[in-house]
Amino acid sequence: MTKHLQADAIVVGAGPAGIAAVSHLLPAGRSVIWVDNQPRPGGQIWRGAALPQVDTLRQHPRLSMLPGHAVVAAESPHELLLHDAAGQQTLRVRAPQLLLALGARERMLPFPGWTLPGVHGAGGLQALVKGGWPIAGRRVLLAGSGPLLLASAASLRAAGARLLGIYEQAPRGALARFAAGLPLGKMAQALGLGWRLRGLPYAPGCWPLRALGENKLEAVLLTDGQREWAEPCDALGVGFGLLPNTELAELLGCALQDGAIAVGAKLQTSLPGVFAAGECTGIGGVDKASLEGAMAAAAMLGQGLKPYARRHAGQLAFARRLASGFALRPELLQLADAKTLICRCEDVSLGALKAWPQWRDAKLQTRCGMGACQGRICGPITQTLLGWPEASGGRGTRAPLQPVPLRCLMDD
Amino acid sequence: MKIIINGIEAEVPAGVTVAAALAHAGHGATRRSLSGQPRQAFCGMGVCQECRVRIDGQPERLACMSLAVEGMLVETLA
Ligand SMILES: Cc1cc2nc3c(=O)[nH]c(=O)nc-3n(C[C@H](O)[C@@H](O)[C@H](O)COP(=O)(O)OP(=O)(O)OC[C@H]3O[C@@H](n4cnc5c(N)ncnc54)[C@H](O)[C@@H]3O)c2cc1C
Ligand code: FES
Repeated sequence: MTKHLQADAIVVGAGPAGIAAVSHLLPAGRSVIWVDNQPRPGGQIWRGAALPQVDTLRQHPRLSMLPGHAVVAAESPHELLLHDAAGQQTLRVRAPQLLLALGARERMLPFPGWTLPGVHGAGGLQALVKGGWPIAGRRVLLAGSGPLLLASAASLRAAGARLLGIYEQAPRGALARFAAGLPLGKMAQALGLGWRLRGLPYAPGCWPLRALGENKLEAVLLTDGQREWAEPCDALGVGFGLLPNTELAELLGCALQDGAIAVGAKLQTSLPGVFAAGECTGIGGVDKASLEGAMAAAAMLGQGLKPYARRHAGQLAFARRLASGFALRPELLQLADAKTLICRCEDVSLGALKAWPQWRDAKLQTRCGMGACQGRICGPITQTLLGWPEASGGRGTRAPLQPVPLRCLMDD
Repeated sequence: MKIIINGIEAEVPAGVTVAAALAHAGHGATRRSLSGQPRQAFCGMGVCQECRVRIDGQPERLACMSLAVEGMLVETLA
């Protein structure tokens, strides 16, 4: 049986952006349906943490909070179909306004051995640990790029991991330029690696070449561009920055720009009544996400956004710095060899993909991107490695956005 | 807290995800790929689908996105 719900606004995403938005919409008298596919609110950053602010919101009579529910399809931007994985139920939700606060995921670049058990996303490993994954006493290495490596290191260390080092592909000079002139209190502190990461080797200009092991990870082969060496470890957290989550926006038909949901000054997307906030409009960290959540709510309430303008410009400038400070070196696009799997779902190798000029042919001939993840992992990779277009129409995002039982999509 | 993994009872901490519970119980893999390689939770956030298992008879559930509860039946495909 499909359940129906209606409200003034639907907010998808319960990370910093969604939380800020709902915190503004409810007191202003709006009724809100709040959807997030994680079992607990907090988004990627506050997953599993105590959130008194959200606990208060939860009690609100005008809020319908739906954790553990994924948006899987849409009739229109104002009528979404949700699937509740635990209850195996379908919900149809309607509202005149929609806020997409979808967050981001890690950028993955394939290298030989990246499918071995023990190799995880860097933020992914942190997320698993926040969910109770045992890490105490394990030898862990972090590699890739961006501030998330530092955030992960701090969480993993707090959980008792034996951190062996952080290998950042960006050269020392680029990092120094990024850190210099950062607004006080921003990432400079973290990059200086003061407090929580004391004694941990932070090696700029180094990157992983391959993960070694038979049936599980045993060591990582690293390089600084001159020499190569193997570091034995139990787990590798690897990620090369973040990518905005845009699938739902693509499904609805929102315009994208530079891989993010395109928004105007009022955080409105190209579709009437549809707004977007946080990492899904461009990678800029938690402060940008929270601020944009508040701004989007103000816009949805018809309020002016002038009070936010200066701070927002600062956040956008930080986002640009982030992108240039951690720009990826070209060597990273050569890590995969012909046998390295690109599509983890359908076991399609780089060698098998090179024969095709674009997604459409490759999908039909190799099943790349046709598996359970629906191209979420291999899509950005083929775009980066092979130059296949990813924007709307390129990858062809379709409902359902994730695997669901067929009856979920049938009208009753 | 006890859950049942592939028919065998396992003691796991309360409040953890199914992915974490499997790791606590020493399961190195959640599934096998088409060509038979062992695979394990990778993205930790519901994107990669490498962690999918059968939970209480329902196939294709994401272990990283599900909380383990007392008595839950989990079947890996590894
Ligand atoms: C794995 C990971 C770990 C991170 N850890 C940190 C950290 O420790 N420190 C830090 O400063 N930054 C971290 N970040 C960066 C992060 O993006 C933060 O900047 C911040 O969480 C962004 O807030 P947000 O509200 O934009 O998105 P998010 O916090 O990502 O929230 C978006 C939410 O929307 C949900 N969602 C998306 N699509 C759907 C859908 N179709 N249906 C239902 N729900 C959906 C997601 O599950 C998620 O809960 C991490 C990023 C990742 C990918
Ligand atoms: S670990 Fe990627 S979906 Fe669960």
